[in-house]
Amino acid sequence: MENKKMGWKELPDADSMSAGTSTEFKTGDWRSQRPVFHKENCIHCLRCWVMCPDVSIIVKDGKVMGYDYDHCKGCGICASECPINKKVEFEKDKCAITMADEKEFQK
Amino acid sequence: MVDKNLTVAKTGNEAMAEAMRQINPDVVAAYPITPATEIAQIFAGFVADGLVHTEFVRVESEHSAMSAAVGAAAAGGRCMTATSSQGLMLMSEILPIASALRLPIVMPEVNRTIAGPINIHCDHSDTMFVRDSGWMQVYCEDAQEAYDSVLMGIKIAEKAMLPMMVSTDGFIISHCMARVDLIPDEDVTKYLGQYKPETWLLNPDKKITLGGLDLQDYYFEHKMVAIDAMYKSKAIIKECCEEFAGKFGRNYDFFESYEMDDAETAILAMGSVCGTAKVAVDNLRKDGKKVGLVRMRVFRPFPAEELAKTLSNLKTLAIMDRSDAMSAGEAPLAIETKAALYGRKKQPKTHNYVFGLGGRDIKVEEIEDVYKEMLDFTQPEKNFDRKVTYLGVRE
Repeated sequence: MENKKMGWKELPDADSMSAGTSTEFKTGDWRSQRPVFHKENCIHCLRCWVMCPDVSIIVKDGKVMGYDYDHCKGCGICASECPINKKVEFEKDKCAITMADEKEFQK
Repeated sequence: MVDKNLTVAKTGNEAMAEAMRQINPDVVAAYPITPATEIAQIFAGFVADGLVHTEFVRVESEHSAMSAAVGAAAAGGRCMTATSSQGLMLMSEILPIASALRLPIVMPEVNRTIAGPINIHCDHSDTMFVRDSGWMQVYCEDAQEAYDSVLMGIKIAEKAMLPMMVSTDGFIISHCMARVDLIPDEDVTKYLGQYKPETWLLNPDKKITLGGLDLQDYYFEHKMVAIDAMYKSKAIIKECCEEFAGKFGRNYDFFESYEMDDAETAILAMGSVCGTAKVAVDNLRKDGKKVGLVRMRVFRPFPAEELAKTLSNLKTLAIMDRSDAMSAGEAPLAIETKAALYGRKKQPKTHNYVFGLGGRDIKVEEIEDVYKEMLDFTQPEKNFDRKVTYLGVRE
């Protein structure tokens, strides 16, 4: 991103770019809310992984590991879709995913 | 050059559908709308009869038709659709995306006015509504030209990497039967060749992203590339017209000049009205009046210098628009022509006539009256009290 920006005569025809550039574009800095993972309450049903509109739920060997905060936009769909959260009626200490104010983490 | 067995009677819609059959596009996505319905309908018949290899996508709206066309063209296919009026309106969100992505979609378009009040007949309001969408626009005078322009359009669009709409006047050309000289199938196939884009989405050897988010730091530059492509497409059109004339014997250019060599007064217009105007020119020429006609074909890219050069020797010029620009002072063709003339040492006095909205007929006598009025206007003391004359409207 430090590179000199190209002028229009240097650009390729059509606004085409190399593939996979969205991984380089860190969109996580828009976030006003962030999901916080509570491993002890998670049953690893992977519903959050299915529902995430990005690919920001990190899963390894069938287990939820946490979130890709570089790209997570904090929409909260994971927390609202989590069956554990629904079962405990969003009682904070028993949730598997809670949404927290992003600015708490920026201090 | 002309094979008599291939001289047929066809309506504008039939001629354009026939061109599509010969083009044999990879994908056609279309939705019916009067008066363009027949184009896709006849073409769907070709698909059903196995005469083409096209994937015909039956979509639920024109917005989807254009979206599917964009997707198919981005994937690397030669892709077409057809529409009219309200259909073009519904497509309008996607039209500039097609041009920004530099996708050479060619679309037969049948000029019909836009609602409201609701009306299915001809004027140019629909294509004028999307004139700045980055699509090349060609307006045809008859079925023959529509057929030729669709074929040529494929070549031009693919070279310029820009989409093109080829339009005919609703009902007047689209539904009237006229003589059309067809080109043999194999010659069309040879003329067009295979579509070979430089980059396409389904190419696993060179993966690309198309249509990425493009904010303050790059949008302007990317737009500039497309603007530049539109300017450069003029040379491509010129070259393709010459190639077409050489191969098939029919001459086209940005505009057609009729009896312009010694003309003092001329009409500048587009579409089917020009056929009527030619009769008026012939009648007045018999009386010794030095009148001519310039028929615009290519409205985008706008051939400003070429047009200004042709018009600059006239004393007076009537610019006849089949759409209105709602208080812009004058209508689209007049505005752009006058911008092209402005600042030149020699330029004619111009007057703008808006006519034929919603399919209102215009007769030879009315056009002769326009010429007579413009001949009077060559006298310096004569002046018009209005910027635009609305021709044929009841007061």
